[in-house]
Amino acid sequence: MLGNLDFDVIRRALPYLFYEGMTFTLTLTFLAALGGLIFGTALALMRLSGFKILGRIAGIYVDFMRSLPLVLVIFWFYFLVPYIGQWVTGASRPISVGAFTSSLVTFIMFEAAYFSEIMRAGIQSISRGQPAAASALGLTYAQSMRYVVLPQAFRNMLPVLITQTIVLFQDTSLVYVLSITDFLGAASKVAQRDGRLVEMYLFAAVVYFTISCIASYGVRRLQARIAIIR
Amino acid sequence: MNYNWNWGIFFQPNPMGTGTYLDMLLSGLALTLKTAALAWVIALITGSIVGVMRTLPSKGANWFGFAYVEFFRNMPLLVQLFLWFFVLPEILPRAAGLWLKQLPNAPFWTAAIGVGFFMSARVAVQLQAGISSLPRGQKMAATALGLTTVQGYRYVLLPMAFRIILPPLTSEFLNTIKNTAVAITIGLLELTGQARSMQEFSFQVFEAFTAATILYLLVNAVVVTAMRFLERWVAIPGYITGK
Repeated sequence: MLGNLDFDVIRRALPYLFYEGMTFTLTLTFLAALGGLIFGTALALMRLSGFKILGRIAGIYVDFMRSLPLVLVIFWFYFLVPYIGQWVTGASRPISVGAFTSSLVTFIMFEAAYFSEIMRAGIQSISRGQPAAASALGLTYAQSMRYVVLPQAFRNMLPVLITQTIVLFQDTSLVYVLSITDFLGAASKVAQRDGRLVEMYLFAAVVYFTISCIASYGVRRLQARIAIIR
Repeated sequence: MNYNWNWGIFFQPNPMGTGTYLDMLLSGLALTLKTAALAWVIALITGSIVGVMRTLPSKGANWFGFAYVEFFRNMPLLVQLFLWFFVLPEILPRAAGLWLKQLPNAPFWTAAIGVGFFMSARVAVQLQAGISSLPRGQKMAATALGLTTVQGYRYVLLPMAFRIILPPLTSEFLNTIKNTAVAITIGLLELTGQARSMQEFSFQVFEAFTAATILYLLVNAVVVTAMRFLERWVAIPGYITGK
């Protein structure tokens, strides 16, 4: 029952939870969102480019990633990244890759599929006149993308991109399956060490809930502010 | 790559004595589908109720729907599963908690309920969007015909809304199937879990995960194809997707 809970265990674990755990979670979230956005935009551009083959490759990649559970993808990359590293560096044995690098690669590759669909919708929402005007001004394809299309697509999709980043923030908790010390991993380690599962998991839930709530409230505010009146 | 490929591993007996490794993976697939099916029933029923509540003219119902969706959407699924699995039995009265802990198949029920409620928030949002996408005139016409609120929803609004949101519901169903993989953390031996234990027993990492990947892709393809037929069958005449 709730009567014999010991909330002091949380206070004692706070430095560990936040310095070790939350730092990992937030760094992973931020870098994966950044990498996923860049790779995702590239995928979206491939799909929308005139080249059929490029479009097909990007399409297959996106559909493939989106039909697999994240947990399975995490396992895949956890075992695959050492071999990829070996192949890239030409080493004779699979190289050992840290937990952080492995999960960062996983999340960039996985989230890119989702970010690419968002960016594709964003690019398609730009009216045809915009790239037409850009090429009439003598801008090359790269310049028209860089200065005309992508900034507008990014701005239109900013609320959706941040919402996806909130989902990503919650999904990073799944690195738990690799026994990595992210925020939930740290909470779980303390929970098991001190036999205080109830307190630690409730606390973790409250922290995730608060951060996501504040962030999604921010998204709603942002949406109202940046909406372009047409 | 110095990795020993051995695709014959699937036909070798597994150490559990339950047939071959392939049987192990297939039993995982069956459990994935079973969990997802139960979770989907929960998600659809509770999600529909909450989704309708968010469109009702009552302030209280609206607020409840909003709070419900925010509650289940702002916590990672993994944390929710832990709350159901580790925390709930402890904070219930002793007898009920004990009963929960001794439940056979606890991971299965926890996973189905946890994933079900997690997805119900998403179903609610979709349904709310579907209902509010209907022209205002539909609700008014239902009222003008003398239908009560319940009848209006039952005969006019919901049949339209569900048919409109069928495509997003399909992807939510696929998400439900994928999300059951998270239950590996509470010891449910679904498809990903079985692939993981096959990897641990046989050390054939890539064969195990390749097989699991192919099975997930197959399930996906089957669901998508089936839903395309269903969509064509229930399409609303006069809408872009209709005949």
